[in-house]
Amino acid sequence: MSKLVLRRLDRNNEEMLINFGPQHPSTHGVLNFLVETDGEVMRRAIPDIGYLHRSLEKIGEMVQYPGYMPYTDRIDYLAAMFANEGYAIAVERLLKIEVPKRAQYLRAISCELNRITSHLVSIGTMATDIGAVTPLVYALRERELLNDLLEALCGARLTYNYHRIGGVAFDMPEGWRDKVLAYLDRLDSSIQEWDRLISTNEIYRKRLGGVAVISRAQAIDYGLSGPNLRGSGVDWDLRRDVPYGAYPDFSFEVPVGCGWAGVVGDCYDRYYVRVLEMAQSSRIIRQALEKMPDGELTAKVSRKPKPEAGEVQSRIESARGELAYYLVSDGTERPYRLRARTGSFMAMGIIEDISPGLMVADLVALIASLDVVAPETDR
Amino acid sequence: MNTIEIHQKLQEALGDAVGPLSEPKIDSFAVVKADRILEACAFLRGTPGLEMDFLQDLTAVDWPKRSVIEVVYHLYSFPHRHGIVLKVELDRANPVVATATTVWKGANWLEREVYDLFGVTFTGHPDLRRVMLPDDWVGHPLRKDYQEEGGFHGIPNLRENPLVELRRLDLVRIAEHLKANPPPPPPPPAEPKA
Repeated sequence: MSKLVLRRLDRNNEEMLINFGPQHPSTHGVLNFLVETDGEVMRRAIPDIGYLHRSLEKIGEMVQYPGYMPYTDRIDYLAAMFANEGYAIAVERLLKIEVPKRAQYLRAISCELNRITSHLVSIGTMATDIGAVTPLVYALRERELLNDLLEALCGARLTYNYHRIGGVAFDMPEGWRDKVLAYLDRLDSSIQEWDRLISTNEIYRKRLGGVAVISRAQAIDYGLSGPNLRGSGVDWDLRRDVPYGAYPDFSFEVPVGCGWAGVVGDCYDRYYVRVLEMAQSSRIIRQALEKMPDGELTAKVSRKPKPEAGEVQSRIESARGELAYYLVSDGTERPYRLRARTGSFMAMGIIEDISPGLMVADLVALIASLDVVAPETDR
Repeated sequence: MNTIEIHQKLQEALGDAVGPLSEPKIDSFAVVKADRILEACAFLRGTPGLEMDFLQDLTAVDWPKRSVIEVVYHLYSFPHRHGIVLKVELDRANPVVATATTVWKGANWLEREVYDLFGVTFTGHPDLRRVMLPDDWVGHPLRKDYQEEGGFHGIPNLRENPLVELRRLDLVRIAEHLKANPPPPPPPPAEPKA
């Protein structure tokens, strides 16, 4: 990699080539950036990924349909529930299975809880990355409590393996519902606390406002999705616009960036969209717990499903944008081709073109605000 | 607009370069001739009423039996909320197709990934390098006939099952133990009770 890039550089003037990562504390996971700087100003930052490539798509061609579910957790370790759900939906569409209502509600609840944990890490590490160390502790405190709840639900704190083809693995444990409701009350007040601590902090707003602006047209052109797309002012959410699972039953708002601290599509917009989304997730979970229907947890699925030949794509709104599984079946027990399109991978593609002219310190803010996670880019 | 209508419009514009819509087993797709794909993409993105501004996914599927690599384009439109799946079929021995980066900038990394893992060359691509694997990696792993080499720069990527070694060690240990502490002779068979 580095050899090729070096050849492309113009070495005549006083430019410096810095390896930013792969072990830099501000890179989210094992990422490398080859940063070409002129003093403190970047000429270009070239992302170099692949340190966590584990050939998850190739593994998908080797295991049977139900056996791939634990692998999906590894696609994104901060938001594993979404990877579970996307894969389950893809196989269900291939097998033409209807998921029981209760399972759909449990899916929505587990995913929204996971969205909150993921966004907490995102905004917490973002604050740390740009120099405010304390907020991360506040975010992780809330996340630990939530991890306890998820552990009670499915037995794991990060790699859940909770969803199954045709439903979910376990029902809510006794008393879990009340614990979640109590937690949500706490979360709503801690979001306010967060706003007082960080979001309305003048230094924080000035640090992020107007930095690394991604315009609406750029965001669409580069295929950004999720909070990054909404941060640029595009009113788009798969949960609302291409509804799946239980989402049509819930009412919620889609926060869209509107230049809270400067320009639409700056780092602050992408950050604050996530904060607002946590409150909406809390709203969805409350509705789901209230309306929770009785019924089966899984549909009847054979142990070795053999879908007919064909292809299918499932799209879900993950914490890091659109997660789409493309499955091709040739009528055997194993997928012929399994492809996961992830939000982080697309977000990495924009960094090289956004970076010219930014300060080196702003690259850190850009990476943090795009919320890229190494396993999701590398798969 | 539904997929059938989009497909009709595309066929009107490009004629016989666009194949029929596949039987809607689950998701349907249309095969486009490889030399016209760029035209098809630009048409879908630029025509009012279609405006597929979102290249949702670009990937490939290897079919060694048909000696074909398919490149799959998942297109979607934010303003109109419709989409279509296009495919091109490329010769497996020499897969070459025009890049879509001129239509969507997001195609850049997606095409690099397909180049990396399938070995499809995108002509006109601004930066066609491997994206996940090292530059000097040999082969394209997502091809069906890919054979993994034993190692990479002296780093082995295959190893013996650790259980085999453990079991061997265990057997040696048990044999040594038995040599040092021979087991007591088996007790004489109990006399059957009268």
